[in-house]
Amino acid sequence: MSFLEVQGLKRTFPAPGGGSTTVFENIHFTIERGEFVCIIGHSGCGKTTILNVLAGLDEPSGGVVIMDGREIAGPSLDRGVVFQGHALMPWLTVMKNIAFAVKSRWPDWNKTQVQAHCQRFIDLVGLTGAEHKKPAELSGGMKQRVGIARAFAIEPKMLLLDEPFGALDALTRGTIQDELLRIVQATHQTVFMITHDVDEAILLADKILLMSNGPNAVIAEIVENTLPRKRTRHSLHHDPQYYRIRNHLVDFLVTRSKHYQGRQEGTSGQASTPPVVRPGLEDTPSGPQPADQLQPLAASH
Amino acid sequence: MASGNQAGASIWHATLLSLLMLLVLVGIWHIATLPKAQVQGANDEYAQLMGKGARKSEGFPTPAQLGEAIVRNVSDPFYDRGPNDKGIGIQLAHSLGRVGLGYLLAILLAVPLGFLIGMSPLIYRALDPFIQVLKPISPLAWMPIALYTIKDSSISGIFVIFICSVWPMLINTAYGVAAVRRDWLNVARTLEVRPLRKAFQVILPAAAPTILTGMRISMGIAWLVIVAAEMLVGGTGIGYFVWNEWNNLNLTNVLFAILVIGVMGMILDLLIGRLQRLVTYVD
Repeated sequence: MSFLEVQGLKRTFPAPGGGSTTVFENIHFTIERGEFVCIIGHSGCGKTTILNVLAGLDEPSGGVVIMDGREIAGPSLDRGVVFQGHALMPWLTVMKNIAFAVKSRWPDWNKTQVQAHCQRFIDLVGLTGAEHKKPAELSGGMKQRVGIARAFAIEPKMLLLDEPFGALDALTRGTIQDELLRIVQATHQTVFMITHDVDEAILLADKILLMSNGPNAVIAEIVENTLPRKRTRHSLHHDPQYYRIRNHLVDFLVTRSKHYQGRQEGTSGQASTPPVVRPGLEDTPSGPQPADQLQPLAASH
Repeated sequence: MASGNQAGASIWHATLLSLLMLLVLVGIWHIATLPKAQVQGANDEYAQLMGKGARKSEGFPTPAQLGEAIVRNVSDPFYDRGPNDKGIGIQLAHSLGRVGLGYLLAILLAVPLGFLIGMSPLIYRALDPFIQVLKPISPLAWMPIALYTIKDSSISGIFVIFICSVWPMLINTAYGVAAVRRDWLNVARTLEVRPLRKAFQVILPAAAPTILTGMRISMGIAWLVIVAAEMLVGGTGIGYFVWNEWNNLNLTNVLFAILVIGVMGMILDLLIGRLQRLVTYVD
């Protein structure tokens, strides 16, 4: 059994003219302990809703999520969340924002313990010296680092990141990606992250979930990142394999995600796990049906 | 540096302009209230018939008379010569005491109730019609009911202050609590923060600027209402002082009281404004 299992997740919202709209359905995937998983898809396919369900902030209309052998029901300190809009409390300093989380996790720690623990994570994200600043005095990148430090500081079993770098400029984003990569590699943290950025996904993720467009979105395929795990932002684009993966992802987002109609057999529950693909390494036998990956497009017409 | 100097200079200019305006206004006032010799001469006989000395100052007080009144009242603010003659300090203290007590009671009710309304859409919808009907009622309209049920004029005054302060605080607290950003509540939820801690450490600081705005509006209204209330119930207070001096036909003292009411209102507003700045956060 995997560390996290998502089985048949479905979410419907009441439609304006009565009835209901299904945002996504038949979502199946697993995450192993220590794995970094990214999910990519166009806006409106329900990525954030899936993340909220994993966080326990939203309830699915169908299906279950099992983490570490237990079904997720409501939010928990086992899962740290980095929110899209940093969600720092503007009336608290950097230190106190993180301390708020630390005190929630370990209510009986004394002041020095809390302070030392917070300091460790402030140093980890490179914010040493900014402990007593309020969020309004920080740049966008620094705010997001505080958000990351706050999520890491409670030492959760799993980290959920909702497009954490979406609002940052390219240079800042690069630096923080490097830092996140370094921290995750050092702590072997299990991560689930939403992103719009194909390069970010290839740099960070071990596994990339591709979602078709909503409504009725599904996970079209799971792309395995075949690049060596010791990759960095500087060496990444020298690897020919990088372009194969990148092209595959971009192709999906630009054309295939719109027409994806495959695997409508949701009722039977059969073949529920989406195909695993390894772009550029298709000849290597892997996954359930490696040759199947391009057929849904052809079959849709 | 240059802009700082400019800002400093413009503050000076503004102060200078304010002083100039004051000077012009007082000047006009002074000229308008100069004794009119001819008219007075013609009325001398009539005045004497009415048993009034022609030289006795009548009509609208002059700036000099007001100045005199200020010096006289401020130099001995706490004298007490019976129920109809008390110093301005004592009157002011009575008014402030009533406002303070009524206002405090209003805070004690409005802030927790506002919290509840803001947190629960159901309670909000259930209480909304009551609030909408009660809010526009002039607090003075409650006075007869208060006097009849409470049977104490001073406590009735406090009640009137309470009833007029309660609405802006209640509405603003409810609004502030309901408008707390979803993200912050979600942070609290994912951290499994207990309800009481969430209320005090997330919702209260988040809603504090809005709550304080309500308190500031309430204080403004309370200070307006106390004068009218004290005119009605009498006995003590700055409102009663105004009414009493009007009955004495001492317009100079009425003018002085008006000035005191204005200055005191400004001080109260400044104090709450200071408090408001303390809880305001930049987002």
